[in-house]
Amino acid sequence: MQLSTRTEKDATIITVDAARIDAAVAIRFKDLMRDTAEGCVGRIILDLGQVDFIDSSGLGAIVASMKQLGDDQKLELAALNTNVDKVFRLTRMDTVFPIHTSLETAVNSHAN
Amino acid sequence: MQTEPGSSLPEQALTRHTKDIRLTFPSSPLSVRRALQTIVADLQELELEERGSVELVLAEVLNNVVEHAYGAEERGWISLECATQRDGLHFRIRDEGRPMPAETPPMGAPAPLPERLDKLPEGGFGWFLIKDLSRDVEYSRKGDVNELTFRINVDTTARQN
Repeated sequence: MQLSTRTEKDATIITVDAARIDAAVAIRFKDLMRDTAEGCVGRIILDLGQVDFIDSSGLGAIVASMKQLGDDQKLELAALNTNVDKVFRLTRMDTVFPIHTSLETAVNSHAN
Repeated sequence: MQTEPGSSLPEQALTRHTKDIRLTFPSSPLSVRRALQTIVADLQELELEERGSVELVLAEVLNNVVEHAYGAEERGWISLECATQRDGLHFRIRDEGRPMPAETPPMGAPAPLPERLDKLPEGGFGWFLIKDLSRDVEYSRKGDVNELTFRINVDTTARQN
């Protein structure tokens, strides 16, 4: 499990360089997200394009990652594959996070 | 497998398949991950989304065994059996950990979404996902063994031969 970061326009993009966010890495993911997001201001786009599996532990870790952000930070999700998207829809977490179909859409979005 | 109407083949013969899966593995998050990858690799005939549902339900069931039946401190084995039938995949998961509270599986009601983000639930989705994506969930305690059986309603036509 590794995260990489870059900045594009007004957003920080955090890419998950892993195929799974599951029970085996959920705590590590949450810790990495806290360290990575530290000092970022504004939109943080979590790029899930490489992730093909998330279980409820991984979902919980993403929710926890959002809750540990500061007031001046906002977490959005991008590039969810079919099965990852399904987990968010079934648990209605798609109503909590802004979800963008692709990274490009996310970067160019000015919803706020 | 095709059978003529009125065939006297016993039901057992119809439901036995060479593609049935049996796995036994130690209770740990990494062993669960490997087991899931083995099963998913074995289910290549299924549609991507169906395979995703199977992997998700199994992940939730097996993670529960690791986290609750055994817990982080305890070692133990988990056994998984999967039988292909016309009405989907039938699973049986067994372990020798602690019994479920009140010897019954949780209801799995969806967690309510609170108005405030800081009160958002970080857990409790597991049983909801299991009940939502599977059918005929039954739990029993047999001696020192927990047994959970359930069916996932996927199109098994491609696996039926």
